[in-house]
Amino acid sequence: MVIERIDEQMPGVILDRHAFRGDQTILVDRDRLLEVVDLIFAEGFQLLVDVTAMDALPREPRFDVVYHWLNLTSQERLRLKVRVAEGVSVPSLVSRFKSADWSEREVFDLFGIPFEGHPNLQRLMMWEDFPGHPLRKDFPLDGGDLFCTQDIGASYSPEARSLNA
Amino acid sequence: MAAINLDDSVMTTRLDAVVNWARKNSLWPLPFGTACCAIEFMSMMASRYDFSRFGAEALRFSPRQSDMLLVLGTITNKQAPVLRQVYAQMAEPKWVVSVGVCASSGGMYRTYSTLQGIDRVVPVDVYVPGCPPRPESMIYGVMKLQEKIVKEGRTDRKEHLERFYESLARQEELQEAGGLSSYQVVREMVLAAGEQGKQQIW
Amino acid sequence: METQTPAQLHENGDRMIVNMGPSHPVTHGTLHIVLELEGEIIVKATPNIGYLHRGIEKLGESLTYQQFIPLTDRMNYCSSLMNNVGYTVAVEKLLGIQDPPRSRVLRVLCSELARIGDHLVCIGINAVDIGAFTAFLYLFKERETIYDMFEMMAGARLHSSFTRIGGLFRDIPKEFEPLCEQFLESCPKAVDEMEALLTHNPIWADRTKGVGAITAENAISWGYTGPCLRAAGIAHDLRKAQPYLDYETYDFDIPIAATGDVYDRYLVRTEEMRQSFRIIRQCLDRLKEIGPGPVIIDDYKVALPPKEKVYTRMESLIHHFKLIMHGIEMPVGEVYSATEAANGELGFYLVSDGGKSPYRIHVRAPCFPIFSSFDEQVRGRIIADAVSVLGAMNIIAGEMDR
Repeated sequence: MVIERIDEQMPGVILDRHAFRGDQTILVDRDRLLEVVDLIFAEGFQLLVDVTAMDALPREPRFDVVYHWLNLTSQERLRLKVRVAEGVSVPSLVSRFKSADWSEREVFDLFGIPFEGHPNLQRLMMWEDFPGHPLRKDFPLDGGDLFCTQDIGASYSPEARSLNA
Repeated sequence: MAAINLDDSVMTTRLDAVVNWARKNSLWPLPFGTACCAIEFMSMMASRYDFSRFGAEALRFSPRQSDMLLVLGTITNKQAPVLRQVYAQMAEPKWVVSVGVCASSGGMYRTYSTLQGIDRVVPVDVYVPGCPPRPESMIYGVMKLQEKIVKEGRTDRKEHLERFYESLARQEELQEAGGLSSYQVVREMVLAAGEQGKQQIW
Repeated sequence: METQTPAQLHENGDRMIVNMGPSHPVTHGTLHIVLELEGEIIVKATPNIGYLHRGIEKLGESLTYQQFIPLTDRMNYCSSLMNNVGYTVAVEKLLGIQDPPRSRVLRVLCSELARIGDHLVCIGINAVDIGAFTAFLYLFKERETIYDMFEMMAGARLHSSFTRIGGLFRDIPKEFEPLCEQFLESCPKAVDEMEALLTHNPIWADRTKGVGAITAENAISWGYTGPCLRAAGIAHDLRKAQPYLDYETYDFDIPIAATGDVYDRYLVRTEEMRQSFRIIRQCLDRLKEIGPGPVIIDDYKVALPPKEKVYTRMESLIHHFKLIMHGIEMPVGEVYSATEAANGELGFYLVSDGGKSPYRIHVRAPCFPIFSSFDEQVRGRIIADAVSVLGAMNIIAGEMDR
């Protein structure tokens, strides 16, 4: 199993680990991310399935950047997490995995976590001058849009004219 | 010279009636398809429901060549200025059918990124509810639009078009003034309308 | 030396900028590609997505697990049942429960029907974009039969939300099996007709062979999964590699091809449809073997009790109340569960803090990394190839943008 190999070759790099319902998860420090990634790439984990993040406000550090890998030969999956605080950047994996390109842009767009070394770190889902980062826990679901929660002059409200007028 | 009997070959009517009859039976749709309703639209064009019975076989994806804008699917805040621009480029007479609940009112997506109904940003003639509406519902919606067209006057310029073009001019001024993108300007106009209690920005 | 912006290059007459989208004739949902052309050759293609970003992940954080099911329908809207199945399999993994055998067979049956439906749309639309309209009409007639079957099972043609946590919404009616048998007779013939129109057609081969080829390693680096990866030569299918819903007990093959170009992707999808027919035949036989039985788990802490019990027994009423008002009691933890959707690996990453809504829900859409490789696939090719490649990637914007 890959976690044992990581422990052998880089002892102490895994800060925390757990297994739940058959998924193995390890927590690694942000500064040692690239070394661990090179090791697991050599172990056969060459398909970077996904890069995502989670906002755990009010915990410090606030964000968890979550990576999922799949080993096509042994069919093993691995989840790796990196904890960062607000404003701290995470090294980008674009030079090793091309699929990290858009996934990291999406995390930057929706959470505001910068990735250093990314060739084109711009917003992906929202437009360039969108204020804020939507998936953070302190961003409201409706983004300040009153139409989401109130019927302002809607055609089905009593003041509206009838459909056959 | 003998008198020619034209009784059976000539019909008298009003010019408006003839023009409206021609318009309603040759509505060329612009399928502005974004999401799932576009798949039901494809079913409607296919052989079982056959939308071309209504003279609408010619799907023109160019706003210059079509007269009915079928908005099929969720319109997000990022798509709103695009929708406005496509609507502005269509030649009059033009009609908008909002197909599906996402286009009519935002659907189940009460979120930061979904426009809560296209009637906030463009004038709409017919709303077709459903998620997605069955092809029969969409056909019924177009038939309702045909009923509406029959009652129109040929030369009245509709007042909602004036207001729409004014709102487009306002949008462009705001873009120039603030150096913002069209997406952000339309979003701010929609939010401002909500705060002032007005339903739409045009 | 690219020191000029695209707009400046356009003005200076070196390059022409053509926008494909966001309002465009191809029906992949709304996406935007900025093509920089020199004559007809594409020098650079920049995809610009997010025009269908509806905020599903954030919305999921305020809905219960059961209420999220209709949102999953609308992600990959060509094969909505597979998304429902994928999501409920993920929640069941988090809970550590399993649905009854009849429900598993029915889930496989409707997943394979949805997979056939998705491939019919993909190939049909790919053909329409390239100019071959007839194949689309033949294939859509079969898709109408699939819609009839979904309507019979679940009540709705397109967005059925058929699965529930712990099983299915309801059992199939008795009219379903004859219609399914009839479908298994007529659809292979329609696929044969489509192949007669396309496979050995020199025009189709000219437009699709050699276009958008990708090597296996490059495909893995880009994060490809599904038919696009199999067309590049890697025999990876989650139904065989990491089976779920008893897929290891079904007899079917995984088609692979060699070069990964548009023609190969078309062939892989066609052959996958034929394999799906085999699986559906085995499902129908298995349904007869298993016979009538429950289609949802018997645990009332997870699944709603049947109405007769709710109206006559106190405990069932209380279970119903708690499930609707408080939601299911979830353990604290996180899971990532992946199923083989029509486009590739559809993954759900669920983080639960024990409350009634997920703390974080993330959907790994299969066509998201595939579309990110668009620039590399079309660079140096002519503009007509951009359309073929886009069709073969089967981009569904609802899934990609979420």
